[in-house]
Amino acid sequence: MTEKDTKSLSPSAWVAGFAVLILCQLLGEALVSALRLVVPGLSFPGAVAGMMLLLALLIVRKGRAPAVLAAASGLLGILSLLFVPSAVGVMQYGDLIAAWGLQLLVAVIVSTVLTLLVTVGAFLATERYLSRRQS
Amino acid sequence: MSGLFQIGEHLAALPLTWLGLTLVAYILALRIAAALGNSPLANGVLITAALVIVCLLLTGTSYETYFSGAQFVSLLLGPATVSLAVPLFRNLALVKRSWLPIVVALIAGSLTAIGSAVAIAALFGAPAEVIASIAPKSVSAPIAMDLAKNLGGLPSLAAVLVILTGIVGAVIVTPLMNLLGITNFAARGFAVGVASHGIGTARALQVNQTAGAFSGIGMALNGAFTALLLLGFQLLHS
Repeated sequence: MTEKDTKSLSPSAWVAGFAVLILCQLLGEALVSALRLVVPGLSFPGAVAGMMLLLALLIVRKGRAPAVLAAASGLLGILSLLFVPSAVGVMQYGDLIAAWGLQLLVAVIVSTVLTLLVTVGAFLATERYLSRRQS
Repeated sequence: MSGLFQIGEHLAALPLTWLGLTLVAYILALRIAAALGNSPLANGVLITAALVIVCLLLTGTSYETYFSGAQFVSLLLGPATVSLAVPLFRNLALVKRSWLPIVVALIAGSLTAIGSAVAIAALFGAPAEVIASIAPKSVSAPIAMDLAKNLGGLPSLAAVLVILTGIVGAVIVTPLMNLLGITNFAARGFAVGVASHGIGTARALQVNQTAGAFSGIGMALNGAFTALLLLGFQLLHS
């Protein structure tokens, strides 16, 4: 995220950091598929399980994982590029967009405004409740 | 002329061509967005995808052919999702201090995001696959695409709705919060992270550092929470 993260890393450190990210996801995928033996039909994104694993790893290592931090910051920095192939996929759904585009736009706008209002309201109300209880 | 056509045909058959097109279009889109003053409306994903689609239509290339090369970019979405643990870890102290408002706002916001989108789409009479695609619209695209697929939706439609949600939230949040006179930037940032994931977080970082940090937290937590919620939903229905 900062320049300090990335400057003094050797090329092989980049590969190592990237490999840790991939291993976290694979471990997450393995965990999910192992849980599927217990709960058939269960579906949970392996990558999200991997995110939780990486968070646990960072907490245990107290953040001392410069190669992982650099690889992660690099990926998050080009996050918008990674969505492009999927977004291009919309060209396959021309008919669907023609039929439902306007309704979906309305749904997205209304839902997003509602979500912003409810989230900020709940956050402020809880803070107010806590400070009133303290005083 | 026919020689040129042959060269073109040869290149079109190479997956590398479509990977190259994606990268070049992305760089062009970043330049265009910068020229437009990086306004939230000039979204990089939107411009890149539009450029790529125009090229594909002009050359009569199918999405399958394009994806044979572009899939290598998509493959990185998983490790990028894992990477979201990093901003979460960096702001762990902030999370600990306001954990209760965070938990309450996360649950309320996440339920509103899914519930209102599904309700409005259903009200319009949208087909089930469209409703399944809009349900995870407030979480990061890699998570949303995975969830949409699991729910029987269309991952690429989900990706487009996610990006649209990000842009809408990023454009609306500052005027909306100012209108309501809300000056608590932790709350403002958290709200836009929950509602509009990474694109909202990018916007929050432009406005205020605290807002940016809380937005990153909101985005990561909502990704995990939405996945858990839709998992619970599936378990109830199985």
